[in-house]
Amino acid sequence: MSKVRVLVGTRKGAFILTSDGKREKWDVSGPHFAGWEIYHMKGSPVDPNRLYASQTSGWFGQVIQRSSDGGKTWETPGGEAMPTPGSMPAGASNKFVYDVSAETGKPLTTHQWYDGTQHPWEFKRVWHLEPSLTEAETVYAGVEDAALFKSTDGAKSWHEVSGLRGHGTGPKWQPGAGGMCLHTIVLDRSNPQRMFIAISAAGAFRTDDGGKTWKPINQGLRSQYIPDPNAEIGHCVHRIAMHPSRPGVLFMQKHWDVMRSDNAGDLWQEVSGNLPTDFGFVIDVHAHEPETIYVVPIKSDGEHFPIDGKLRVYRSRSGGNEWEPLTKGLPQSDCYVNVLRDAMAVDSLDSCGVYFGTTGGQVYCSADAGDSWAPIVHDLPAVLSVEVQTIA
Amino acid sequence: MIQVILPAHLRTLARVDGEVTVDVQGQATLRSVLDALEAQYPVLRGTIRDHVTLQRRPFLRFFACQEDLSLEPPDTPLPDAVVRGAEPFMIIGAIAGG
Repeated sequence: MSKVRVLVGTRKGAFILTSDGKREKWDVSGPHFAGWEIYHMKGSPVDPNRLYASQTSGWFGQVIQRSSDGGKTWETPGGEAMPTPGSMPAGASNKFVYDVSAETGKPLTTHQWYDGTQHPWEFKRVWHLEPSLTEAETVYAGVEDAALFKSTDGAKSWHEVSGLRGHGTGPKWQPGAGGMCLHTIVLDRSNPQRMFIAISAAGAFRTDDGGKTWKPINQGLRSQYIPDPNAEIGHCVHRIAMHPSRPGVLFMQKHWDVMRSDNAGDLWQEVSGNLPTDFGFVIDVHAHEPETIYVVPIKSDGEHFPIDGKLRVYRSRSGGNEWEPLTKGLPQSDCYVNVLRDAMAVDSLDSCGVYFGTTGGQVYCSADAGDSWAPIVHDLPAVLSVEVQTIA
Repeated sequence: MIQVILPAHLRTLARVDGEVTVDVQGQATLRSVLDALEAQYPVLRGTIRDHVTLQRRPFLRFFACQEDLSLEPPDTPLPDAVVRGAEPFMIIGAIAGG
């Protein structure tokens, strides 16, 4: 019987929640890396026991953790003691150095700061880890200050995919309130050369040649909070989702506005429709119904909690515009949590499971595609990310 | 051998209990002690000093013999008591919060 493994990153450690296909009884493991912020954990589609985790701290910086047994044990790749004193280290899994070499990309040293001046690019943390769809040892990292890194040795060493920062608009990128982070990486199973990424607050970008060159894909986005609402870059994209069977169709939760594109991001149209508010962070797609999508509306950019204290997931079965609230099992009074951008995921069991985590420490599961919900846990530290693995 | 006291989170990361000891070749300075520490525990590279600039991370401080050595140049010799192993070299995380 299939089982699911839910990987939860929180402000104070990582937790792994496992259940059989019924998704009623759960085992909770953790905290792993207690006391550290775990921005993201994700498993390899090639080898489900290979997990990668981004462990970070304002004091001690970035650490990358790796598991080869589904999260039972962890290692810091390349962090082993050196065989002989003075010999070269095996790797440096937490070493993210921006590429400024003219040979590999256009050197870039500054981006736009909040006040419009230029500011040096400074590595702060890894927001998102995206394992390759075909190689267990290959993984991408989206980092703050915004850049894309790639490892082909199981996260032992990282090299910047420098064409992204160097494509031309980099010096105009500007941080959002949460920093200038590359938080979304979407790989295309049908086209290994194509990849989508999103940056707050620069917007969405696409490569069609494996990362050598990139183009902004923000046409159709409209953001009232920037000087030119229709600018090529500067949009605060919160999350992009894609169904693997239709890689040309993208769904986006922008700062405000829920958007869709039917041409791989070349043009976006708003599909907020009847949502009570179209501000939010997460968006995801049903595992078997490519036109069924989920968002969690949040009141506003100034009030990061659900409207009227009612935690509601909204589902559209028509790819947007027409939305229905999903409330069964979710608190409908006095609930003032947030659901952050990486904190929703779906499993691929026959009855699609939907999961999300809150800043109040709850992780909710719906085993019936959103019709009803139940908390798996309700007292974790604030949840930063949720991923799920469906394991045969 | 020089005794080094690490913050709790770095002890966990390095998988050690209590204080650690490092053997420094040549003169014991801030730089050489940290070099030896990172050679012995490579997982600590980047967590105390920046990988590239080797600058101390802002929320960490270095103390020994009741002196704050955090702002001293990296080649500053450590006090004799530290070199003799009578006093530890302490890496302290900033205490913050409310």
